[in-house]
Amino acid sequence: MSASSSTKSMTIGESGLSLTFAVTAFLCVFAAAKALDTAFAFHASLAAAASAASVFFILNRYFERRELPPQEINGRPNYNLGPIKFASFMAMFWGIAGFTVGLIIASQLAWPALNFDLPWTSFGRLRPLHTSAVIFAFGGNVLLATSFYVVQRTCRVRLAGDLAPWFVVIGYNFFILIAGTGYLLGVTEGKEYAEPEWYSDLWLTIVWVVYLLVFLVTIIKRKEPHIFVANWFYLAFIVTIAVLHLGNNPALPVSLFGSKSYIAWGGVQDAMFQWWYGHNAVGFFLTAGFLAIMYYFIPKRAERPIYSYRLSIIHFWALIFLYIWAGPHHLHYTALPDWTQTLGMTFSIMLWMPSWGGMINGLMTLSGAWDKLRTDPVLRMLVVSVAFYGMSTFEGPMMSIKVVNSLSHYTDWTIGHVHSGALGWVGFVSFGALYCLVPWIWNRKGLYSLKLVNWHFWTATLGIVLYISAMWVSGILQGLMWRSYTALGFLEYSFIETVEAMHPFYIIRAAGGALFLIGSLIMAYNLWMTVRVGEEEVQSPVALQPAE
Amino acid sequence: MSFWQRHQVFEKNSIILVIGILLVIAIGGLVEITPLFYLKSTIEAVDGVRPYTPLELAGRNIYVREGCYLCHSQMVRPLRDEVERYGHFSLAAESMYDHPFQWGSKRTGPDLARVGNKYSDDWHVTHLANPRAIVPQSIMPGYPFLKENELDANNVADHLKTLRAVGVPYTDDQIANAAADLKAQVDPDGAGAEALTKRYPKAVVRNFDGKAGAPTEMDALVAYLQMLGTLVDFKIYNEKANLR
Repeated sequence: MSASSSTKSMTIGESGLSLTFAVTAFLCVFAAAKALDTAFAFHASLAAAASAASVFFILNRYFERRELPPQEINGRPNYNLGPIKFASFMAMFWGIAGFTVGLIIASQLAWPALNFDLPWTSFGRLRPLHTSAVIFAFGGNVLLATSFYVVQRTCRVRLAGDLAPWFVVIGYNFFILIAGTGYLLGVTEGKEYAEPEWYSDLWLTIVWVVYLLVFLVTIIKRKEPHIFVANWFYLAFIVTIAVLHLGNNPALPVSLFGSKSYIAWGGVQDAMFQWWYGHNAVGFFLTAGFLAIMYYFIPKRAERPIYSYRLSIIHFWALIFLYIWAGPHHLHYTALPDWTQTLGMTFSIMLWMPSWGGMINGLMTLSGAWDKLRTDPVLRMLVVSVAFYGMSTFEGPMMSIKVVNSLSHYTDWTIGHVHSGALGWVGFVSFGALYCLVPWIWNRKGLYSLKLVNWHFWTATLGIVLYISAMWVSGILQGLMWRSYTALGFLEYSFIETVEAMHPFYIIRAAGGALFLIGSLIMAYNLWMTVRVGEEEVQSPVALQPAE
Repeated sequence: MSFWQRHQVFEKNSIILVIGILLVIAIGGLVEITPLFYLKSTIEAVDGVRPYTPLELAGRNIYVREGCYLCHSQMVRPLRDEVERYGHFSLAAESMYDHPFQWGSKRTGPDLARVGNKYSDDWHVTHLANPRAIVPQSIMPGYPFLKENELDANNVADHLKTLRAVGVPYTDDQIANAAADLKAQVDPDGAGAEALTKRYPKAVVRNFDGKAGAPTEMDALVAYLQMLGTLVDFKIYNEKANLR
C-alpha cells in the first residue's frame, strides 16, 4: 500500500474490529436471505450495510492517519471530543424527532382521524417510537455526550480506547435505528419502555458493556486522587441499567431468522420484572444519569462549588438503595401480592428524602450567585430543571400511596406526572447542558444568541405548564367519573362518556407539546449558528477542580 | 477515622465503588422478586385456566404487535366500581401463561380483562375496522387491514414449542396438531373442531370474521378477545382454596 508508511501498524482494535465487522456483514447477509419475516430481513440488511460501512471507515481511517492521537499535548490532556460532538448532534436530532412524534400522538388522541387507519401510523405503534425516541435516543445521547465529556475533564485524562468511544456512540444510535424502525413495522416485545426485540437487545448489551469499559478504564487511569461526584452517578446509571436490561429482557426467539420472541417470564413474575425495570429506568436512566449532569454543569455554569459534599454522599447511596424497591407502586391493587405492593409504596415514600437531598444540593449550589439567574438564561434553565425535579419527586411518592393510586392509576395523571419529570427535569437539564457543552467542545467563546435561549426557555416553560395542568385536570376528572355513583347506586357514567370529557384537555395538551417542540427548534437553530458562525475561543477553559 | 474519611475508600477506588453500587442495588430486587417464584398466591393453579389455542395465541401476538396494551389494561382491580363495570377482579392465575403479561398501565379505552363474550363477533369485526361506526365518540384507531391480511400461520408449531421452553405446558399432542388446530378453530363444520375442543377445553369454534377461506388476522384477534376472562367459572371458584 502506498499510503502506509513503514513506522505504523494496525492496532489490535483496528484489525480485530474490522475483521469482526467483516464476518458480521457476511452473517447478516446470510440472515437476511433466510429471514422468515420482512422486518427481520430489513434489519439484517441494515446491519449488513452498517457492518460493511464500518469496515470501510476503519480501514480508511487507518490509511489516512499517521500516529494514533497522543494522550497529552504539551503536558495537557488531549481530550477526545469527536464522539461527544457526534452524540450531541444526535441528541438534538432525536430530540426534535421524538417531540414531533409526541405531538402527533397527542393530536391523534384529540382527533382520531389522524391515525389514518394504516398499521404504521396508528397510535399503538407510534407511542413506543415517541417514548424510545425521547428517553433512549434524546436522553441517551445527552448522557453519552456529557458522560464522555465530564469523565475526561474531571479525571484529567483522554478518554480510554481509540475506536471504542466511536463504537459506543455509533453503535448506540444504530440500536435506536433498529428499535425505532421495528416499532413502525410492528416488531415489539410488548413490554413498555423495553419494546425492542431480542436481536436489538443483544446488540445493546454489547454496546453497553463497551460503554461501561470505556467509562471505567478512563476513571481507572485518572490523574486525580478522587473520583468526582458526577462520575459516581454516571457509574451507578451505567451499571444498574445493565442489570435491569439483562433482568427484564431474557427472551427466547421462535427462530434465529425471525423477529418474534417470547419473554422468559410470564404473568405476575413478568409484571414484577417489568416494573422493577420500568421504574428504575426512571430512577437510573432519567434520574441518576441526569443528576450527574446537574453535579457538573450547575457548579460549572454558576462558578460556585457544590453546596454540600456530605449531602451528596448520603443522597447518592440512599437514592440508589431506595429506588430499586419502588417498582411495585406501578402494580397497586393488581394480582401482585399485597406485601410487595406495600413494600413498594413504603420505599417510594422514603425515596422523597434522597430526591430532595439532590434537589437541595443543586439549588443551594447557587448560594451567592442567585443574581446570575437574571442575566444567564442557560443557568435559569438548569435551575428550573432542578425545581421541576423537586416537584415530580414530591408528586411521585404521593401518587404511590395506595388510596391516591386507586384514583390516579390508569388515568392521564400518570402521563402528566411523567411529563413534568421528563419535560421539566430531564428536558431542561439536557437543554442547559447542551447549551454549555456545544460552545465548549466546538471551541466557541459563547452561544450565538442568549436572547434565543430566553425565547426557548419561556416557550418551553409555557408548553410544560399547559401540558401538565391539562393532564392533572383530565386525570383526576376521569378517575372521579369512573368511580362516580348515582343516588340509586348505579355507576353514573359509561366509559365512553369519560372519554368524551377528555377532549378539551387533549387539545390543550397537544398545544403544550407544540410549544415545547417550537422551543427545541429555536434551540437547534441557536446551536447550529453557534457552531457555524460563533467566535473561536483562544484558550480552552480550565477544568473544574474536583472537591476533596 | 470519621465516617466521611472512611467513605474515601469508595471515592478513590473505582472497582470498590462499582461493587458497592452492585450490592446496594441488588437487595431491593432480590427481596421483592425472588419470593414470587414460590409463593402460593402467585403460582396458584385455578380450574379452567389453560394455554392459548394456536389461533388465540396468534390473535394475542397481533394484540401485542399493534400496541393495544398502551391504551387497554387487562387487570380488574378489587375496587367496587371496577368489579361492577368489568366483572370479577383478576386472579394471578388468569395471566400465568402470558408471555409477556399485558396488564397495561393506562385506560384510554376500557379494561379488556373480561371482554370475552360481552359483544358479538360482528360487533368486534365492525368496531375494529371502524370504531366510530359503532361508538361515535370513540378515539380508537381503525384497523381495517386486519380483515384483508391472511394470518401468517407458517411456523405456528414453533411458537408453541418456544412457549413450552419458557414454561407453558403445551403437550406433544397440541404441538403436533398446532397448524391443523389453527385452521379448525374458524371452521365449526369441519372435522377438526371436536378434537380442538378436547385439546383446549372451552375453546370457541366459530367463523369469527364471517368470511370464508383461510383465517385472517381479524379471525385471530377476535378469537383472542372473545376468550379473555372466560376461562375461570367464578360460580364454582373457591377463593379460600389458596389462602394460607
